[in-house]
Amino acid sequence: MDSHDLDLDHDSVYDGLLGGDASQWAFGTDFEDPLAGVDTTIPAGVDGAVLAAYCLMLGDDALVYAHRLSEWTSNAPDLEDDIALANISLDLLGQARLLLARAAAADPSVVPVLPDGSPVPPEDALAFFRDESAFRNVRYVEAPNGDFGVTIARLLLFSTHRLALLQRLAASVDPVLAAIAAKGVKEVTYHRDYAGRWFVTLARGTEESRRRLVAGLATVWPMYAELTRCSDVEARAAEQAFGVDPATVGDEVDAVVEHVLATAGIERPDVPASGTGPLGRTGRHSEAMGRLLAEMQVVARAHPLGKW
Amino acid sequence: MVSALAVAATVTDPEMPMLTLVDLGVLRDVDESGDRVTVTITPTYSGCPAMATMRDDLVHALQDAGYDEVDVKVSLSPAWSSDWITEHGRDRLRAHGLSAPGPAPTGPIPLTLAPVRRAIDCPRCGSADVRLTSEFGPTACKAMYQCSTCLEPFEHVKEI
Repeated sequence: MDSHDLDLDHDSVYDGLLGGDASQWAFGTDFEDPLAGVDTTIPAGVDGAVLAAYCLMLGDDALVYAHRLSEWTSNAPDLEDDIALANISLDLLGQARLLLARAAAADPSVVPVLPDGSPVPPEDALAFFRDESAFRNVRYVEAPNGDFGVTIARLLLFSTHRLALLQRLAASVDPVLAAIAAKGVKEVTYHRDYAGRWFVTLARGTEESRRRLVAGLATVWPMYAELTRCSDVEARAAEQAFGVDPATVGDEVDAVVEHVLATAGIERPDVPASGTGPLGRTGRHSEAMGRLLAEMQVVARAHPLGKW
Repeated sequence: MVSALAVAATVTDPEMPMLTLVDLGVLRDVDESGDRVTVTITPTYSGCPAMATMRDDLVHALQDAGYDEVDVKVSLSPAWSSDWITEHGRDRLRAHGLSAPGPAPTGPIPLTLAPVRRAIDCPRCGSADVRLTSEFGPTACKAMYQCSTCLEPFEHVKEI
């Protein structure tokens, strides 16, 4: 062991303090590229700019919702649900990294330009250095968590919708997007079951838990319509066979939600959809988004060179 | 010189160090061409934070063994399945107090509104009288159980 190089010894707690190991830095600690070695060639018949814009939509939904759900960490009703919501958030964050990396590979011009020497990888640049109007997530995912009843109602509709989308996207003509979706299907299946079980449990629990769930459902229901509205980008993505028109999963989502409502003994809310047009998909967000981004991005923006 | 495959096969999972990356089914390929070694791994979960450590551990192990040029590639398709955990890996899980996954689900995805019923035994006392406490555990790949006989809590590696 005389020739053993301590700088290369990963087991040493002092490793990296001398600058030999990049893993001390805020950026570049993980895979520099979550798609390392993956063939990101754009398939024939696919417009790279549209593919990037579409992946930003799917990725931003996951990223922003992951951030919202992470706010439950240390605040959930009990330890198991604290951990469950953190896990769901982590799965979505992983999906976001892959989707944002896919967007950056499909059209590098979507990635914000950072100072020379910045080690920030493209998916982090997209997450932390875009302004609010450049985010393409639906407003549905940026709304404040509310109480546990609101959170469960929101997660049920979101995960049911996303699972239906990802199942179809697993057949995307873009093999990268197809692989990311196929992976996500396995994860979101657990998310939907979690939300569905809690939905039924709260509905059949106490008068108070049922009251809160019904109120939560009424809160998220009008906003849900935004997920099923087809933006121009989604329409073109569907035309080019790498994306899905979100309106086409409406019936499937409806059937699942109907089943959960029936099991829970809860009436379908009689409230109209709010807003018109694609809203969040065109970068027009609600007041809550600014505060969410301020918290999510403040540290990264203060240190664009990624060293602290 | 030990082959690159043999070196890579000794690297363990950072969260479950009783398993090698081979046991876990994460190590997909080790290719030696000339001075360069290319290792291909597949993520267990999209957001698994252990992937970065696996990558670093592979690079360090191979460099310590004399392979200077090491690339670690990601393979996303087919998606990792708990079915890829080897029999040896399953034995190691049980020997360390964890419950091994059953067969991964296939076909249409059911909505499961009742708690999942898995036919599993307590890895400590062998009792089949166990109850699920949470489908989400300390890492993305585990659910939490408690044995109703010996009362010990234990972790179950989820089917995916």
